Parts: sequence; structure tokens; C-alpha cells
Amino acid sequence: MTTRREFLVLAATSLALSEAARAQLDPNLAANRKAAFQEALRRIVGDTQVRRGRVKLQLPPLIDNGNSVPLSVAVESPMTEADHVRAIHVLTEKNPLPDVASVRLGPRAGRATLSTRVRLADTQSVTAIAQMSDGSFWSDSAEVVVTLSACLEEGLI
Amino acid sequence: MARAIVNVPARAKRGEIVEVKTLAQHPMETGFRRTQTGELIPRDIIRRFTCTYNGTEVYRVDLHPAMSANPLIAFSTIATETGTLAFQWAGDNGYSVTETASIRVE
Repeated sequence: MTTRREFLVLAATSLALSEAARAQLDPNLAANRKAAFQEALRRIVGDTQVRRGRVKLQLPPLIDNGNSVPLSVAVESPMTEADHVRAIHVLTEKNPLPDVASVRLGPRAGRATLSTRVRLADTQSVTAIAQMSDGSFWSDSAEVVVTLSACLEEGLI
Repeated sequence: MARAIVNVPARAKRGEIVEVKTLAQHPMETGFRRTQTGELIPRDIIRRFTCTYNGTEVYRVDLHPAMSANPLIAFSTIATETGTLAFQWAGDNGYSVTETASIRVE
């Protein structure tokens, strides 16, 4: 049985602890993650312009558990020697690291697709970028709502 | 310990696009989690997945910590000739697993 005194001491320490935890979180977290996302994007596409279309990114709009989210990407392409998809990249806006997966493929793949399961730290937008054999980049984004975040500790914003 | 499952159709017509599904057993520790005492758990993930068809690379994925535990990778390839598909997963702490599947092309 917890006495009133014990309860008060416990409550006070847990409050102090959560204050300490908050103090450790970087106040510029949101800005830093945005910068990290922009940098990852630049690393992939350089100065080339990314156009919307040809890529189809499928994600459930509402996610109960961010630890395992089914994700699939399909890119429209004839996949011939002359015209195929060279790479597919998946990026997130608010995960601790923006990169999720980078695929290298060629005409031997037959279809430019990727199906996998990913972790999402927060309600955010996910982007898929495809690089074609002619050097152009195409993309698609999906907004997702995550109720239980993966990597809770760092996911607080 | 380390195991992987692959699913490739046993036979296919020449030129047909076949679905390949792979699953590796791995915790994919992100390197962002902490223990109860506040120590950071070091990263331990699969870094790269490669699929080769009779020695030719057809599909390669670079994985990051945002991939779920026991990463599933499903993709497609063209059934060009009878032979084997070899799969390789390589990662942190010397993790390396290979798996093969044979396909008969008619």
C-alpha cells in the first residue's frame, strides 16, 4: 500500500525526470530534420528538378503501429534497355534519419516495383523518388497519420 | 541462427515477369533506442540486399534503420533462362546470409 507521503515523493521525482528528458531533446529538432531531409534529397537528385508523376507510392493513410508499415512503390516504365528505371529512393520527413531504402535496378527487373515494411516515427509525409535511365527524376508523396510511433524516445517533436 | 526465406516460382514461361519475395530474420536495431538506464543501444542492421540471376545482378537494396525488423523485400524479375537466383544479405557486425532458389524456364 502506497502512503500519501510516498506517493507525493514519487510524483515529484517522476515530474522532475520528465523535465530532464525534455531538456535533453534538441529544441531545433523539427528544423534539423527538415534540413536533413533536404540534404538527403539533394544528395540523390543534385540540382536536377524532380517532377511529379510516373511514380505511385502506396501506404495506408492511418497507421496504428509505426514499427511495421506496409509500403509499396511502383514506377511506370517500359523497362527496356533504352528506357528503364535506374533507382528508387524512399525518404521520410520526420524520422531520425531521412533515408529508408535505396533500390538499384535495371531492365532485368521487368517491372520497377518495391514492396517492403518500414518504420515511421511520426505523422508525416513519405516521398518516393525514381531515377530514370535518361537521368530525369520523378516522385510521389503520401501523407500518413501514425498513432503509435516507432522509436518513441526520439520521435517526440 | 540467422535465417532467411525466399519465395520464387518453381517454373515460368520464357520472358514472363515473376514475383520474388524475400524475408530475412534480423532485429534491425536502429541505434536510436536506449536501455532503461539511458545507454544507447548500438546500431545493428542489414545494410545491403542483393539478388543475382545466374550471376547477373538484377536487384539491389541499400537498407537504413527505418526498415522494419525482419525486413521483407518483394520485387519482380524477368524469367530469362533456367538457373538459380542467389540472394545475399550483408550487414553490421559481420552479418551475412545467402540463400538460393532455382527456377525452370520453359
